Amino acid sequence: MKIVVPVKRVIDFNVRVRVKPDQTGVEFANVKMSMNPFDEIAVEEAVRLKEAGKADEVIAVSVGVKKAEDTLRTALAMGADKAILIEATDDVETDIEPLAVAKLLKAVVEAEDAGLVICGKQAIDNDVNGTGQMLAALLGWSQGTFANTLKVEDGKAEVTREVDGGLQIVSVKLPAVITTDLRLNEPRYASLPNIMKAKKKPLEVKSASDFGVDVTPRLSVVSVNEPPARKAGVIVGSPAELADKLKNEAGVL
Amino acid sequence: MAVLVFAEHDGKVLSEAVAKTVTAATQMGGPVHVLISGTGAGDVAGEAAAIAGVEKVLTAEDAGYDHALAEPLGDLIVGLAGDYDHIVLAASTTGKNVGPRVAALLDVMIVADIIGVESADTFVRPIYAGNAIQTVKSSDAKKVVTVRTTAFEAAGEQAAVGIESHGATAAGGLSEWLDDRFAQSERPELTSARIVVSGGRALGSADNFKLVEQLADKLGAAIGASRAAVDAGYAPNDWQVGQTGKIVAPDLYIAVGISGAIQHLAGMTGSKVIVAIDKDEEAPIFKVADYGLVADLFEAVPALIEALDD
Repeated sequence: MKIVVPVKRVIDFNVRVRVKPDQTGVEFANVKMSMNPFDEIAVEEAVRLKEAGKADEVIAVSVGVKKAEDTLRTALAMGADKAILIEATDDVETDIEPLAVAKLLKAVVEAEDAGLVICGKQAIDNDVNGTGQMLAALLGWSQGTFANTLKVEDGKAEVTREVDGGLQIVSVKLPAVITTDLRLNEPRYASLPNIMKAKKKPLEVKSASDFGVDVTPRLSVVSVNEPPARKAGVIVGSPAELADKLKNEAGVL
Repeated sequence: MAVLVFAEHDGKVLSEAVAKTVTAATQMGGPVHVLISGTGAGDVAGEAAAIAGVEKVLTAEDAGYDHALAEPLGDLIVGLAGDYDHIVLAASTTGKNVGPRVAALLDVMIVADIIGVESADTFVRPIYAGNAIQTVKSSDAKKVVTVRTTAFEAAGEQAAVGIESHGATAAGGLSEWLDDRFAQSERPELTSARIVVSGGRALGSADNFKLVEQLADKLGAAIGASRAAVDAGYAPNDWQVGQTGKIVAPDLYIAVGISGAIQHLAGMTGSKVIVAIDKDEEAPIFKVADYGLVADLFEAVPALIEALDD
């Protein structure tokens, strides 16, 4: 079985994101970029399935700018076997929408005859949380989202999902799309020898038009603003003063 | 054309998110129809019918829709979509699971996790863990939208409107529910509680976390935790407040021993009044707190519990 793992190049999670003064987006100049953290978990899970003999090949796919090659090399260094870059824009500020990404991934999944897709549940830039579900819909596959445990056997995947109020355990028929939650695993660091080896692994470059997919966005960004600032608070001197303020000033008790 | 709101319930009561989702839906246009599915749909339909702004309630009372599995629910909603311009779900784990599936089946882009409605096609939503707020306009003929319910007030009540049974039955086969593991608690539910007390890594152990529980019980509050506290094993996963956990916006949020990492702040800065108790006066949590107490939490929390009695 082949596993497809989509990976996205995003602003590193440790970077304090700044809104551009002209309100068209956020600042990308001189900002560190990394693989979306949920996608690292997805790569790790796919590589573990291969190591456990449950998969033959792990294919990392990224949709975006040419520089997303770096993200794919990271996936290869973590243990993916091959990578496919789908160049869909030359502007780092252009976010290809999850619907278009799902259509491109569908084409890859079909061309590769993959039996499982493991995606991050959410990209930490647009925070949509939709690509995996959309891909499952387009393929007519089952979906196991927000996974914190994944067991693959006998043509099924048992997925423990993190849901409001606790956990839900479902069995989904393969082929399926799984999306990863934070606690599915702890991704490995790529070792130096593996980073060197990754440079020799195959990385195909395609374009969106190779797949006949229109990536024109359906949502246009009207503006991007700073979140409303909270007004400065006060430092109280003691627990007693705090209790008094809560009871008599804040009006919440 | 009308707006279809998907309503969640547990077979006995309607989710509190429904009345808030209806508020968002009425801002997109109207009239609002509410869809309730699964076993018990008929029993809770009366609650939905009495939410102000709702014109009609549809029930699809087939057990195949139980447990909110995305594949049958997606088909159910898509089957009804022809009559609607907007399909609206709460941005709960169910809405996030089902909404994008519906959108893709309709070949439209999901508008996820909105916190504001500017017009029928223009919506406000947080990006980058709430560090930026994006306003987007959808060019799709139908809009599939998930709503961050903490950003909307609950709709009021009305004289109950009509309830129609929709005879759809679920086609199974793709996925199967096995089990739920929900923590049983007497405390209010985290995302809808009026008061939330959260603990962070400074608590130091699962045992010390009881201090947070004592303060919460004193106030009748729900309990939250920072990701650091959850990762350290002091508190269970489903208590986590933050971008990667629950988004809360209570009247009062008390952060105990939480430094205030960006991802935690993204989950709670919508709270009306924020209190921070931490030893480190430089902690970022104090920048968003209305009331800050720079103190050792092991002394301050018991003293606060006592002072609340006076």
